[in-house]
Amino acid sequence: MARIIVVTSGKGGVGKTTTSAAIAMGLAKKGHKTAVIDFDVGLRNLDLIMGCERRVVYDFVNVINGEATLNQALIRDKNCNQLYILPASQTRDKDALTQEGVGKILDELKKEFKYIVCDSPAGIEKGAHLAMYFADDAFIVTNPEVSSVRDSDRMLGILSSKSRRAEQNEEPIKEYLLLSRYSPDRVKLGEMLSVDDVQEILSLHLLGVIPESKSVLNASNSGTPVILDEKSDAGQAYADIVARYLGEDRPHRFIDEKKGLFGKLFGGR
Amino acid sequence: MSTDSQKNIHHLPVLEFKSSTFSVPVLVLANNDIITIEQQLQEKIRQAPEFFKNSPLVFDLQELNNLDLDIHVTDLINMIRKLGLLPIGIRGGVARQNQQALELGIPVHSGHNARDGGYAASQSGTDAVSTAAAAGSQKQKAPEPESASNPQVATTSTVLLTHPVRSGQRIYAAGDLIILAQVSAGAEILAEGNIHVYGSLRGRALAGVQGNTEARIFCSDLQAELISIAGNYKISEDLNGASLNQPVQIYLQNHTLVIKDI
Repeated sequence: MARIIVVTSGKGGVGKTTTSAAIAMGLAKKGHKTAVIDFDVGLRNLDLIMGCERRVVYDFVNVINGEATLNQALIRDKNCNQLYILPASQTRDKDALTQEGVGKILDELKKEFKYIVCDSPAGIEKGAHLAMYFADDAFIVTNPEVSSVRDSDRMLGILSSKSRRAEQNEEPIKEYLLLSRYSPDRVKLGEMLSVDDVQEILSLHLLGVIPESKSVLNASNSGTPVILDEKSDAGQAYADIVARYLGEDRPHRFIDEKKGLFGKLFGGR
Repeated sequence: MSTDSQKNIHHLPVLEFKSSTFSVPVLVLANNDIITIEQQLQEKIRQAPEFFKNSPLVFDLQELNNLDLDIHVTDLINMIRKLGLLPIGIRGGVARQNQQALELGIPVHSGHNARDGGYAASQSGTDAVSTAAAAGSQKQKAPEPESASNPQVATTSTVLLTHPVRSGQRIYAAGDLIILAQVSAGAEILAEGNIHVYGSLRGRALAGVQGNTEARIFCSDLQAELISIAGNYKISEDLNGASLNQPVQIYLQNHTLVIKDI
């Protein structure tokens, strides 16, 4: 049975698109046929992060309007043949999306794909609403600072009251916390909320912590999802997250400060 | 009314009916000795003269009638008026008592479980009496927040939540509200009755929103943005440090919110 995953946060700039790209790539690399959809109509970014911006012909809105078929619009990833990208339209706005249209496309994708990752736009308006409406699982991307945590909480409220599952009284959406841009050093200095602080406020299952990392910006600029950079801490963090989501038991990393040279030599990992 | 203004009445509406809820003290009697009642009532008034001055009052004869103690309603009303209170309703009286009250312009409220001592009027019958009485009296009658003060009604409209109330969510309960998880900052929980939060209370909690001053808020970890009972509120800034992050109960005492450890 296909699962629809929404990557959402409420707040902008916390790493939703980076996460969507990494998660989708991770799932595909594990052999699951995966599609990733950019719901940020008008501010499309996912194709850049995935490095397929020069291959976009048709987009999400074209498919909704019946101007192209789904197969025409889906772009196969150049790194992994199990991964497909459905880009957003840059020339339209969120009003071009309709609940009926989105539902139809997702139903069609469900027949062919194991996982469908929906990259939500920021905010709680139409685009974000439609991105989460049909979801089975939600990845809440949060930065360790108060406004991001507050917005995530708001988004969780919307997930539990305005999604399809909520409206039809089905089993609620499974919610997972992804804490991104985490810096243990700054937590220690009291400049950043700790994992425990965030979990206390949100009381949510922690799927993983992604450390603040230069590799994320490098990956974005080069158009390769950071998960493919297996040497980077952020890449490993996303690999852990995908593994945990698929049911593997992996201990949490990147929560404590980086060890010094001796720690690295003798402390394992 | 002058004849001039009567001409206009046909064209312009000079009145309208609105429904409104008031909070009114109810005098529950357990003894039919008017002298004793007067003495004890006087004593109560002496303790808070400003509170009782010209205060409307509903008297409740339910308990008396349950004990088969009769009371002369006309005398009772005169005594209450003499003490400076304004009786505006009778509740739980038998037919004869209700009739006496009506003759003095006191509306009859269909009390909870109104006993109709031998008159055998149906519940809807007493309702009709009370509506007619309200329309007939010069003063708008003040319906009590019955659903909130009456535990039998409250249990049927209790709302129980087991999942967190998130920022931006608003929960309303016509009776009591019980939450077995946290209430996030930016969330709002409202109840006509009591509020119980068995998690961190970080949002706004408003109990007794229909004016029930007896309503209370209970929480196991107070971090609220705002707490309110029957319109008396405190914001986060007013909460003193000692009660923060503590399990507390909050109730009204002389129109002041009291926060107490539990």
